[in-house]
Amino acid sequence: MAETEQKIKEAISRFILDSINLRDLKEDDHLFETGIVNSLFAVQLMTFIEKTFAIEIGSDDLDIENFKSIKATSEFVLKKNGRIAA
Amino acid sequence: MNIESVGVLGVGNIGTEVVTDLVLHGIKVVAFDLTKEILERAKTKVLKNIRFAPLLSKSAPRVSKEDALKHMHFTTNFADLSSCEFIIENVTEDWQVKKVVYEKLDRVMPSEVCFGANTSCISITKIGSVTKRPANVVGIHFMNPVHAQPTVEVIRGYHTSDRTLACLNQLFSQLNKEAIVVEDLPGFVSNRISHLFMNEAAFVLQDNVAPAEKIDAIFKKCFGHKMGPLETADLIGLDTVMHSLDVLYESYHDAKYRCSPLLRKLVHAGNLGRKTGKGFYSYPE
Repeated sequence: MAETEQKIKEAISRFILDSINLRDLKEDDHLFETGIVNSLFAVQLMTFIEKTFAIEIGSDDLDIENFKSIKATSEFVLKKNGRIAA
Repeated sequence: MNIESVGVLGVGNIGTEVVTDLVLHGIKVVAFDLTKEILERAKTKVLKNIRFAPLLSKSAPRVSKEDALKHMHFTTNFADLSSCEFIIENVTEDWQVKKVVYEKLDRVMPSEVCFGANTSCISITKIGSVTKRPANVVGIHFMNPVHAQPTVEVIRGYHTSDRTLACLNQLFSQLNKEAIVVEDLPGFVSNRISHLFMNEAAFVLQDNVAPAEKIDAIFKKCFGHKMGPLETADLIGLDTVMHSLDVLYESYHDAKYRCSPLLRKLVHAGNLGRKTGKGFYSYPE
């Protein structure tokens, strides 16, 4: 479980870092409020998550809180995969 | 009276965004472009934009895929536009292309229909001059992401009538947008200033003063801008930025608008920004 979570975090982190040419990102860094990424990037992130983790993001999931940081995004993926309780 | 149908001419980067916004607000769209491939790509992107719209703006209407498809007609047949009540043109920022398009629109569209030119720099008065309805031509400078931007720069050409502005305001009220109306000189307010930022940022990068991320970070972290000039250029499309700079240079004959050789080189290399996956930055799929 912890290993899966770590792998998910690493994949999300790698995607974000590749996209914005940053060297480092903490798992709690607020991606949007701190201006690390802009709101347009959110759509790219959604596409990446659906493709990489084979999940479908429903309209009720479209809350920026679910994707505000690497940690939040990772928890969202785990929840959608039924690995942690909703 | 509500505007029920809008023709969108050119569904590249910004045209796709315009279609998204119209469909989100229940307005029927006839979207024209030259090839089926471009239209297919645009349709896919519009559907994705509509699906994820609530993420960018909590107040964005939620529209199902089925409803969205009912409101869009993608076509390569120019005559299909003739049933529309308003036209928004988004073709390439190239005068020769725009000229031909407006001459054709003028022939095809009923005389009362207004044309909104979504141009970055080209004079609205000049566009109006190739039609028999210069009073019905107005500049609309949408910015990305169109559906999440509540304010639009609107340009009144020399002959643009109050009726045309009222018609545009009607459309904007349906889209929950506010217009800031300015007078017409090439580049208007926004691009006359913003393109100097983007171009000089490219010169700074070219001169190795700082890497792209540091240049943008200064604008974001020191000036409080949402985006830096280089990532903005990548978002707009480096070809569009280059074309706009060329228009500004040609219009004012002022050296401050000469395009950076680095920017021109990236365009010639096919690195046009987000839309090609590479520009000043790389964008993985």
